[in-house]
Amino acid sequence: MRKLSRLSRFNIASLALGLAFLYLPILILVIYSFNASRLVTVWGGWSLRWYHEFFGDRAMIEAAWMSFRVAVSSASIATLLGTLAAVALSRGEGFRGRTLFSGMLYAPLVMPEVITGLSLLLLFVALNAERGFWTVTIAHTTLTMCFVAVVVQSRLGSLDRSLEEAAMDLGCNPVRAFVAVTLPLIAPAIVAGWMLAFTLSLDDLVIASFTTGPGSATLPIRIYSEVRLGVKPEINAICTLVIGLIAGVIVIASLASKLSSSQAESAAPL
Amino acid sequence: MTDELPKTDLAADAHPAAGQPLLRIEGVAKTFGTFRAVDGVSLDIKAGEFFALLGPSGCGKTTLLRMLAGFEAPDEGRILLDGKDIAQALPHERPINMMFQNYALFPHLSVRDNIAFGLKRAGLARTEIATRVAEMVALVKLEGLEKRKPDQLSGGQRQRVALARALARRPKLLLLDEPLAALDKKLRENTQGELMELQRRLGMTFIIVTHDQEEAMTMADRIGVMKSGKLAQVAPPRELYEAPRSRWIAEFVGDINLFDGESKLRDGHRLVIGTRDAGTLVVAEPREPVGAGRFAVAIRPEKIKLSRRGPVSEAGHETTLNRLDGVIADICYLGGSTTYKVKLETGGMVQASVANSARLDVDAYSLNQHVVAWFTPDDCVVLPS
Repeated sequence: MRKLSRLSRFNIASLALGLAFLYLPILILVIYSFNASRLVTVWGGWSLRWYHEFFGDRAMIEAAWMSFRVAVSSASIATLLGTLAAVALSRGEGFRGRTLFSGMLYAPLVMPEVITGLSLLLLFVALNAERGFWTVTIAHTTLTMCFVAVVVQSRLGSLDRSLEEAAMDLGCNPVRAFVAVTLPLIAPAIVAGWMLAFTLSLDDLVIASFTTGPGSATLPIRIYSEVRLGVKPEINAICTLVIGLIAGVIVIASLASKLSSSQAESAAPL
Repeated sequence: MTDELPKTDLAADAHPAAGQPLLRIEGVAKTFGTFRAVDGVSLDIKAGEFFALLGPSGCGKTTLLRMLAGFEAPDEGRILLDGKDIAQALPHERPINMMFQNYALFPHLSVRDNIAFGLKRAGLARTEIATRVAEMVALVKLEGLEKRKPDQLSGGQRQRVALARALARRPKLLLLDEPLAALDKKLRENTQGELMELQRRLGMTFIIVTHDQEEAMTMADRIGVMKSGKLAQVAPPRELYEAPRSRWIAEFVGDINLFDGESKLRDGHRLVIGTRDAGTLVVAEPREPVGAGRFAVAIRPEKIKLSRRGPVSEAGHETTLNRLDGVIADICYLGGSTTYKVKLETGGMVQASVANSARLDVDAYSLNQHVVAWFTPDDCVVLPS
């Protein structure tokens, strides 16, 4: 608080403007989700009507559940694969074509989603795979894996290689040295990578619409198709819930990291 | 997970059979691509010895150390520890510990957990670990800092933690990779003394890698000088300094005056060498007899005496003094001593280091002053050119 009061008026004004620019649209959306009126733009008093409506809307609930499952599983697979790729790329200093491999790993970062989506669709069709939960999950894994790899690799790059050597010198075999020293040190990056993958999967529309099948729409697909028929205030309610979920994840994650660091500070017993 | 390290390795049995070296390195070589980093090194190290590997950067000393620790496997040769070949053993299978140049402390662990790390891996009992850690903390004087994280410590404290962590497992051999390079000068000097004291007290065998010759001279019982992957000379500090085996070593270790020349004649145990820059010099014949041919005469700056009129005291009985006339060309005052550069009448330049034994400058020389630089035949070393 005392720090805030030390800011100049100009600082406060620019901070307020910046925050308003970022959060005003979201705030309006949240407020209108409690609107009693049927019309999105007309205020008709406070109400939880649209939340009731949403929880009564089976199709929407199913889409939300589908999105959540896809996000959790694709983020988890992507985190595992991305971390392994990052470790391999930062370790194998000697192997030929390392630069090529890292380049190839990062290409999906800049690839237009339409192309990724289309190519995956062609692949699934060629394989004659039934499109649904698993195809979307695989598609999202390919999309988010490289983000995880980038985050983890940058953390690994800043890590001193001799730390692991020290662990080996002190009696760890290579695997154990990785688990005892490297893993705890890159854990924040792995968690960050997972959260990034989770949110990317949750809000992806393009790739999901290419790779999903009938009867397994994700939440963004569902919302998008509803909005095309006209914006219902129910959408506001759903979006508010999603915002709440993401905010909750972020708060929990930051609390957890704070807790683990303060725990470590109070010197774990031997 | 099972632990590969047998418990007995932690017992302090650092004394192998008498006469047998603790560590024997036999024709070890390591090539990276086309670069031969270590090129056929053979070396014996006795138990309880403080050995220094000295050399310029890129000479292979760190690679050799890393092969001892197990981070690199030699392409050729054997590394015998207590008679057992460990050349291909993994780092965690060796009763050897290393102190890393940048200390490599685990940033997520406290001082105590850093020191206990190796002990936990060895499967020691909880109480035993606690005792051992306390012992180590006391040994390196870190009491009260056990709960700190490495980033809450000063450079000197970190160095101590690294040392304690490496010593905690009571290795047969402790490797130290430039252990003092990150410390400032004053702290480095104190720490040198502490390391020596510690090594003596524990009776442990230390191998230190350094590029700092003063550090090696101060601490080590023996020094191995490395050049381009080979051991150029292995000798106690005094021998290395006073009887370097080659011109390169003479120049690498300390300052030296070198005069190239040809031997003219032999006079008893004296050799007369005609040099280009310093005229004819009489030198003592080296221990290993040399034939005719080209030589370099090497004299350390502090062996050269300066005087205004010429050799005084010993002049009576010493008949074969080398005497060079010249003028002072440069003066470098270093506090404890002053280094004079003398331009010789014969054309060469000679450096003389004179101890400043008087506070007042009564015996100091000034620029362009005429002086006589003189030294005895025994002060010279004859080196193959």
